[in-house]
Amino acid sequence: MNLTNALNKSEARRQRRDARRRYWKDSYILWRRNHLMVAGTGIIVFLLLVAAAAPLLATHNPYEQILPDRLLPPSTQHYFGTDSLGRDIYSRVVYGSRVTLTIALLVAAISTPLGLVIGVLAGYSGGALDEILMRLSDIFLAFPKLILAIAFAAALGPGVENAIVAISIANWPSYARLARAETLSVRNNDYIQVIRSMGASSLRIMVGHITPMCLSSIIVRLSLDMGTIILTAAGLGFLGLGAQPPVPEWGLMVSDGRQFLVDQWWVSTLPGFAILIVVMGFNLLGDGFRDILDPHQRQS
Amino acid sequence: MLQYILRRLVTLLITLVGIMVVTFFISLVVPIDPLAAIAGPQAPQETVERLRTLYGFDQPIYVQFSRYLQRLMHGDLGTSFQTGRPVLDDIFQYFPATIELATMALIVSIVVGIPLGILSAVYRNSYIDHFSRILSLIGVSMPVFWLGLVLLLIFYFKLGWFPEPGRLDIMLIEPERVTGFLLIDSLIAPDWEVLWDALKHMALPASVLGLYGLAGIARIVRSSMLDVLSQEYIKTARIKGLNEFLVLTRHALRNALVPAVTVIGLTYGGLLEGSVLTETIFSWPGLGRYLATAFLTLDLNAVVGGTMLVALTFSLANLAVDLVYAFLNPKITLAQP
Repeated sequence: MNLTNALNKSEARRQRRDARRRYWKDSYILWRRNHLMVAGTGIIVFLLLVAAAAPLLATHNPYEQILPDRLLPPSTQHYFGTDSLGRDIYSRVVYGSRVTLTIALLVAAISTPLGLVIGVLAGYSGGALDEILMRLSDIFLAFPKLILAIAFAAALGPGVENAIVAISIANWPSYARLARAETLSVRNNDYIQVIRSMGASSLRIMVGHITPMCLSSIIVRLSLDMGTIILTAAGLGFLGLGAQPPVPEWGLMVSDGRQFLVDQWWVSTLPGFAILIVVMGFNLLGDGFRDILDPHQRQS
Repeated sequence: MLQYILRRLVTLLITLVGIMVVTFFISLVVPIDPLAAIAGPQAPQETVERLRTLYGFDQPIYVQFSRYLQRLMHGDLGTSFQTGRPVLDDIFQYFPATIELATMALIVSIVVGIPLGILSAVYRNSYIDHFSRILSLIGVSMPVFWLGLVLLLIFYFKLGWFPEPGRLDIMLIEPERVTGFLLIDSLIAPDWEVLWDALKHMALPASVLGLYGLAGIARIVRSSMLDVLSQEYIKTARIKGLNEFLVLTRHALRNALVPAVTVIGLTYGGLLEGSVLTETIFSWPGLGRYLATAFLTLDLNAVVGGTMLVALTFSLANLAVDLVYAFLNPKITLAQP
């Protein structure tokens, strides 16, 4: 009796492991089949590598001003030319990848957990709390995201940290809405009833059994939003409300080069090109994620 | 339907109150003393104190808030520290330019986006489909301020095909202000030279914003068209020998456009926020540039008034979209909120 039980258990464990392996294998096949997503993954991996190896890749100190060398055109000495203070633009773009990544990752790390907690709490508890939390998110959603981020960035004062806070404030409501919708769809499922009848506390149900169900759609949404987050940060930098000089932030660099646009086009356009490529990478990746995690797509 | 409209209006009202609270909160957390900004750095202490009492900054927060609400009820948004004029007057002057630009951009994105979406669905995986998908991808990934600069560099500085940034040539006199929309005013006047010049000035900024709007519209039209084209009733229409053009326009497009309506409404909101950056680049005398300057100089009343107006327009656009959507798809009104 005990022996068969043990056999069944190990058998079940093996089956679970196989299923998990199949899931990852299917995901891999779907990923391989989606050329655009492969391209997006490539761009993001490249971005991560550049950010990690910035000191090795940079040819100059991104902060060092050599005034006699100002506004030099692209050459083998300065791949992307130099800016109005004689700084090497290529090295600044390379170091700028760190700024961009930091902003994007921190916004993700602040706004998704916040949205998740609020959304699950609202959806699970229902009633007055739900009403209050959702009206609150409605109010934030009534502002265009960029305007709200600009308003908070201006109010908090310019700087990378404040830009991160401002963008997070503008972003959490959409995650809260999504988490709430997912919570509502699983809240009354049988398995939740069973867990509750076994005596699990509300907190345990929310944290252990509902939140995991929300994760996949939140991840898809976040990966689709990554591009917008970067664009917003760059827009703030461009307006002078985000990163401040001399931080090598791409949006700020585009703005710096504006007055030299006619004769020294590289100062402004090359950092902007970096923004375009990275945002494109995140968008391709996000689209791919949506397709891969979509159960309908998996069956075919 | 009536009940649905009422419910949406109540929600809008709550949202409006919330918008007022949020904008008030924003004006509170500003770290620098707005008084120092008005009075100047060298102002003696008593001047600052007198201004503080004059503007009511010495009162407790709840008193300030109730005063703020009272002023709002009278349509008084305060005076802009920057221009020295009532914010409401400033807004009346700048807002039409923004609406004009955003509407033009929306027209561009609809006129290009919808046919592009249809074509790429009908000729799936063809060159036109790839082209439209790449264009959409670039449209959503492009920093608008960068595209604006690049277009200015190429088409104004290098090729000289389009006029300098701004709304109208400085040598031309603006027609008498009736609506504030330059295109309409010049038609009323009628002044063809101004109309033509205004259109030329609008071309670049409207294309920049239009590319952004086009991306979302072409995408949604493509995917909903693909959805509809695989339905049984399309097959039926084809089997009974209807010509392909009628199948596409009369049977497929009609249903495919319903989700597009939502996206078009959201795009309008997106164009409003894009206007902050685009207007800064193109020296467009609109609300976006006014707001950007106000944010940078911490012109509190202008910030609060402008933000509120944008949020209000955005909410109204969303409401309009929901109503049109409910009208097109009656299932919505039956669903619970």
